[in-house]
Amino acid sequence: MSASKQQPGPATGSATGSPSTQGPIIRPYGDTTGDGMVQMSFTLPLPHDKKAEGAALQLARKMGLDPALLVHAKAMGPDFTFFVVYGSSTHLVNLDDVHVVEREYPLLSAKDANLTIKKQLRRKLVVVGACIGTDAHTVGIDAILNIKGFAGEKGLEYYREIRVVNLGAQVLVPELVARARAEKADAVLVSQVVTQKDAHIHNTTQMSAAFREAYPAGQVPILIAGGPRFEDGSESALGVDRIFGRGTTPGEVASYLVHEIGLRKGKKP
Amino acid sequence: MTRPHAMLELDPAVVRRARSLARKAAAPVVTIARSHTTVSVERATLRLAGLAGADHERVPWVNHLVTAVRDEVGLEHGVTTPVYDALLRGEAPDLTTLAQKAASGNVSFRLPTGREASAARRAATKGVGAGLRTIDRSRATRDRLVKRHGDPRTKPWIYLIVATGDIYEDIPQAQAAAREGADIIAVIRSTGQSLLDYVPEGATREGFAGTYATQENFRLMRAALDDVSKELGRYVRLTNYASGLCMPEIAALAGMERLDMMLNDSMYGILFRDINPIRTFVDQRFSRQVHARAGIIINTGEDNYLTTADAVEAAHTVTVSQLLNERFAKEAGLEDWQLGLGHAFEINPEIPDSFRMELAHAMLARQLFPDAPLKWMPPTKHMTGDVFRGYLLDGFFNLVGAMTGQGILLVGMMTEAVVTPFLSDRDLALQNVRYVMNAASGLTEDFHPPRDGYIQTRARQVLSEAVDLLDRIVSDTDAAGDAPLLAAIADGTFGLMKRPATGGKGLDGVSVRADDYDNPAITALDAWTPPAKGATR
Repeated sequence: MSASKQQPGPATGSATGSPSTQGPIIRPYGDTTGDGMVQMSFTLPLPHDKKAEGAALQLARKMGLDPALLVHAKAMGPDFTFFVVYGSSTHLVNLDDVHVVEREYPLLSAKDANLTIKKQLRRKLVVVGACIGTDAHTVGIDAILNIKGFAGEKGLEYYREIRVVNLGAQVLVPELVARARAEKADAVLVSQVVTQKDAHIHNTTQMSAAFREAYPAGQVPILIAGGPRFEDGSESALGVDRIFGRGTTPGEVASYLVHEIGLRKGKKP
Repeated sequence: MTRPHAMLELDPAVVRRARSLARKAAAPVVTIARSHTTVSVERATLRLAGLAGADHERVPWVNHLVTAVRDEVGLEHGVTTPVYDALLRGEAPDLTTLAQKAASGNVSFRLPTGREASAARRAATKGVGAGLRTIDRSRATRDRLVKRHGDPRTKPWIYLIVATGDIYEDIPQAQAAAREGADIIAVIRSTGQSLLDYVPEGATREGFAGTYATQENFRLMRAALDDVSKELGRYVRLTNYASGLCMPEIAALAGMERLDMMLNDSMYGILFRDINPIRTFVDQRFSRQVHARAGIIINTGEDNYLTTADAVEAAHTVTVSQLLNERFAKEAGLEDWQLGLGHAFEINPEIPDSFRMELAHAMLARQLFPDAPLKWMPPTKHMTGDVFRGYLLDGFFNLVGAMTGQGILLVGMMTEAVVTPFLSDRDLALQNVRYVMNAASGLTEDFHPPRDGYIQTRARQVLSEAVDLLDRIVSDTDAAGDAPLLAAIADGTFGLMKRPATGGKGLDGVSVRADDYDNPAITALDAWTPPAKGATR
């Protein structure tokens, strides 16, 4: 970029500009340190004409691109126009202000999950899943368990080191407990979609209580509840180890299971 | 279209052997399909007889009626004989009233004998015949509209997906997609519909990552596409899904509402949805017989094999599945032009010669099934979120499609695995397809893989691995003495999934047919033969 361009002070404090020497202030990098160059594409619901191009540039400026360069505009049918815009972002990011929430467990690939299970358990991890109570919505549990999976990720059935027992819908709690014992389940997944009169909460607490009653202390399988309406952080109130909400992928569940099994193994003498 | 040249120089004896093994594997399963019935087959039969609608809790009347008959006399004789006997006895004036009374337990069913049985069967044949005639009329309407508006001018036909969950949002999107160049619109179903043991009713406005398949949604979308076909001067086809626990019913509804293509795979439900194998094969045969009569093109689901296994190592499982799908389809009366056998571009782009292998596999499919409109499906597994790289990969996918004369091309989106495609993503994807087709579809004329070169050798290797696998399947046995294909499915021959014939969802909906089993739909479909060649397309 031209030398006349406005330079943000702190980011270019170093003449060499190599990433290792930069301060906490960050701008995007096009081909020169500090140029702030970004590229973006978007569609406006306008026919392609001068006015639409002006609107695109104004949007880009409002998004902090200055100068903004409209490099491509193409009509998509009579009512829409597609734009590609390049420009220098006027925004700065201070790394000291960047806070990230780390998941307390790493996201593993199926292969790594399998390897870890094999190493830790030297047998397959047994997962029993069910929709309990009158809930017949197996969408959630099937998305996690069926090999077809969800969001492009294969379900737990796909994991070689996980044995899945999917009991399906409308399973009674005593039946679930009995089956979990018979299968020597390491983890129990219940799915609750229906929330009428807080059915999901009653069913889940009833389930966790039944497990604590049926198992000696410290040997209860990992209890997981899944559903779109559970409150974040209500694990202890429900008596379960983990809650997963809308959009959870099988990989997240598998990674959590591997992590939790590792913790439990570590705890035992 | 001209027939593609025999470019791979496959050994005809090996090809013949592959087909005869597929026939051998399928035969005992067909026998099972012909000696069982399911709740969904019986419900589909009632739907053909005109029973529609649902109670205030949205439980369809066909479910009520089949459940009531099953509880009182069982399903092994077929649902229609006791149902029409009840109508003849004056229990109700029509099927809907009968179903309503049955739902509240106010009607008793019996298995009539002698002249009463014959009378009930005659009445049932007449009732179900009305639905079959509706299907015939829909087929004739399609033929007429295709003649009037014309087929797409070039192949492959461009297949685009809409999936908002709301049929009233889907409609304008589908029409826009058709205007942008789509020849086929597929409405993706709501996640998990395949596991519902009933077909939802009415126009639906919410779904999970897709829109429910219902008779009313079918009708609305077909009518909308008829409008846009007229506007564009090209018949735009409509696709939905006949997989899962309600295959027969969805097939019947699709036939009556003039859908043009249906996803219908012989083993998808078993392997990927854990639906009971017997249930699947019984339902599948009925649904395919209905598709055959309706002039519907089926799309099979071989792409699924490659997303769960390595696309190089598992290449031959695609061929095996195609051969089995072909065999089951032919047995059910489908013709070659109705077989949209699936395959997909899913080899890891990081490995050397991945494109050459894709080309070899696609050519193999093309040459094994020269008269089938193969369905070519885009990369999904190796689409990473790097949309720029994904766009390039889709270009190479399109190139294989152009070079191997595919019939149906599912347009790849660079946003695969990222977001639901933007309007612009669809536009860019169609530009990609058009550029490659314009630039390279003539290559079929120039490009012949050299004798015994990499491509020919790879294709032969995949074919021979497919023959080996089929060999293993037909010689498979288990303790229960199941059909070899069922034994093979049970011990995990396909992918990683072990699916025993005694397990899976929907098994409780299967009944062994009794000697006096009667189903006028099946009788008519078994007796039906396709119209003379060239008469319809």
